[in-house]
Amino acid sequence: MTAVRTVSDTPDVGSTASGGGAVETHPVRRRRRRRLTGATFIPWLFLLPAALIFLVFKFIPMAEGIRLSLFEVRPFLGDIFVGFKNYATILQDEKFLTASWHTLVLAGGQTLGAMLIGFFLALLLEGHTKSLWFVRSAVFLPVVAATAVIGEIWRLFFYPAPEGFLNEVISWVGLGPWEYIHDTDTSLVSVMFVGIWKHAPYDMVLILAGLAGIDRQQYEAAAIDGASTLQRIWNVTLPALRPVVTILLTLAAIRGLRVFTEVYVLTGGGPAGSTDVWMTRVYTTAFEQSEAGLASAGSVLLFLVTLILTVSVQWYRRRKEAR
Amino acid sequence: MSVNSSRFDSAIGWSTRPDAWVSKGIRVVLSALAVILFCGPLLVIFSGAFDNNPDPTQLSVIPDNPSLRNFQVATENKIWDYLVNSLVIAGGALLLQLAVSVFAAYALARKKFRGQAIALLVILATMMLPEEVIAIPLSLVIGDLPLVHVSLKGTLLGVILPLGAWGFSIFVMTEFMREIPAELEEAAKVDGAGELRLFAQIILPLCKPALGVIAVFGFNMIWEQYLLPLIVAADPSDYTLTVALLALRSDDQVGTGIVLAGALLALVPSLIVYLSLQKSFLRGITTGAIKG
Repeated sequence: MTAVRTVSDTPDVGSTASGGGAVETHPVRRRRRRRLTGATFIPWLFLLPAALIFLVFKFIPMAEGIRLSLFEVRPFLGDIFVGFKNYATILQDEKFLTASWHTLVLAGGQTLGAMLIGFFLALLLEGHTKSLWFVRSAVFLPVVAATAVIGEIWRLFFYPAPEGFLNEVISWVGLGPWEYIHDTDTSLVSVMFVGIWKHAPYDMVLILAGLAGIDRQQYEAAAIDGASTLQRIWNVTLPALRPVVTILLTLAAIRGLRVFTEVYVLTGGGPAGSTDVWMTRVYTTAFEQSEAGLASAGSVLLFLVTLILTVSVQWYRRRKEAR
Repeated sequence: MSVNSSRFDSAIGWSTRPDAWVSKGIRVVLSALAVILFCGPLLVIFSGAFDNNPDPTQLSVIPDNPSLRNFQVATENKIWDYLVNSLVIAGGALLLQLAVSVFAAYALARKKFRGQAIALLVILATMMLPEEVIAIPLSLVIGDLPLVHVSLKGTLLGVILPLGAWGFSIFVMTEFMREIPAELEEAAKVDGAGELRLFAQIILPLCKPALGVIAVFGFNMIWEQYLLPLIVAADPSDYTLTVALLALRSDDQVGTGIVLAGALLALVPSLIVYLSLQKSFLRGITTGAIKG
């Protein structure tokens, strides 16, 4: 909850406010108190739309999902209560286990890769000039493009023949031809690459904000002490960025566990399940094999893992801040 | 410090002297590479969409044989209907999201009431429940709404309503509204302003910067939706443009150029929104990103 400090430009209103308020303090107070006690329903009235939407489209589905996960769902025949059998089935399912491994690799690799590239981009593009601002805006575009759009164009680049776009490019430096998402050995890495490409500019913006917060005099002092550029980055820049970066890395990795669209659009989990992740597995189980009970158990497991991880990260952070 | 620039303005120590040609050259080359790497693929979408018969083996940044044929064929494939679906969903869901966020934030930031902490916690909890986690039961709920027993399956409303409230927007707005000085509100109350007038005429106009932030983030979040429109759709004519791309590609009759024409149409709205609200977007990232 330390987040979201939007207010760099707090509305400039001080002057208009002071006029009437100071003179008639007492009536105002009295009226205010009455309003607080008498009309407590007013805040709830303002919260009602949000509450209604969240209830119907978040909490009821969540409860329903937990209920379904305990049943064998049989449309038109009536559901059978099976207890935790669905969970046991999933945790022993070869495909789900492979998928969970892929998910971890993808989430971890994408997060680290994006952060690393983002860091280099930030170092390269830090500065106040107009042209740097322009380059930053251009580099940022993959972040705003929808994942489905990005998936289409990268699928074309990954065309497996030697004449394919990317194979053409890497042949200039004597590499390839590769089959990218069409080969079980390279498919997961290829999906990871696209994810890094999309998310690195986002991390760049965050790291740029972090860089802006570093005291320039520290750089100067390091230079006077005879530190090289590398030493300066290692000893001054990185330690200053570390608190922000570690939290962001962790949260991004946790969010990465829910990856779906990238994989679904690029490979659909194939070839031969080599890019299957937890969510594509759940999706297939639910909507292609019509095993709503099993799939719900998969969703609940995913929710529990992300919940536990998120809460422990927040708890760790708060404990650290308190110290 | 930024007024008289020195090479300590950047972490890596880029020289700012006008005669530092080597440093400048390296930076220009690397920047150009970065732009090519991150923008090039998007440019290829542009050129491929206008290329008469682009082949996956012959993509380029400039179309070989420029024409509008891809869009003509795409029109036959109902691409504009998909775009309309996407735009209606984006417009409707965004308006709803803005209104809902502003109302909720007003209560959370400007009022004190019993249960406030719980309300905040509940909203935080919703952020742990993205569409992915609740997809299966959500598709059932949309097919049969609780109490009223109406099915939203196959309707645009079925996509719009679930996106109508977003915890992130509510939090950003709440934080912003907290900073508005209380004196202003009290002065208006002295003048006899009612609750709604207070909200609409005093608080809301001051929130414009934050509205920009949650609008651009909201649009992005809605345009990025994939699983939700997929599970709400009753048949392919309900698809949004982004979802339809996959269906288009799987159709053997449809060539690469048509898919790219569709991809371009799906790309342009995001570009327009980003370029026109860029400042809000970048500010939103750096301020709101820590939120899980």
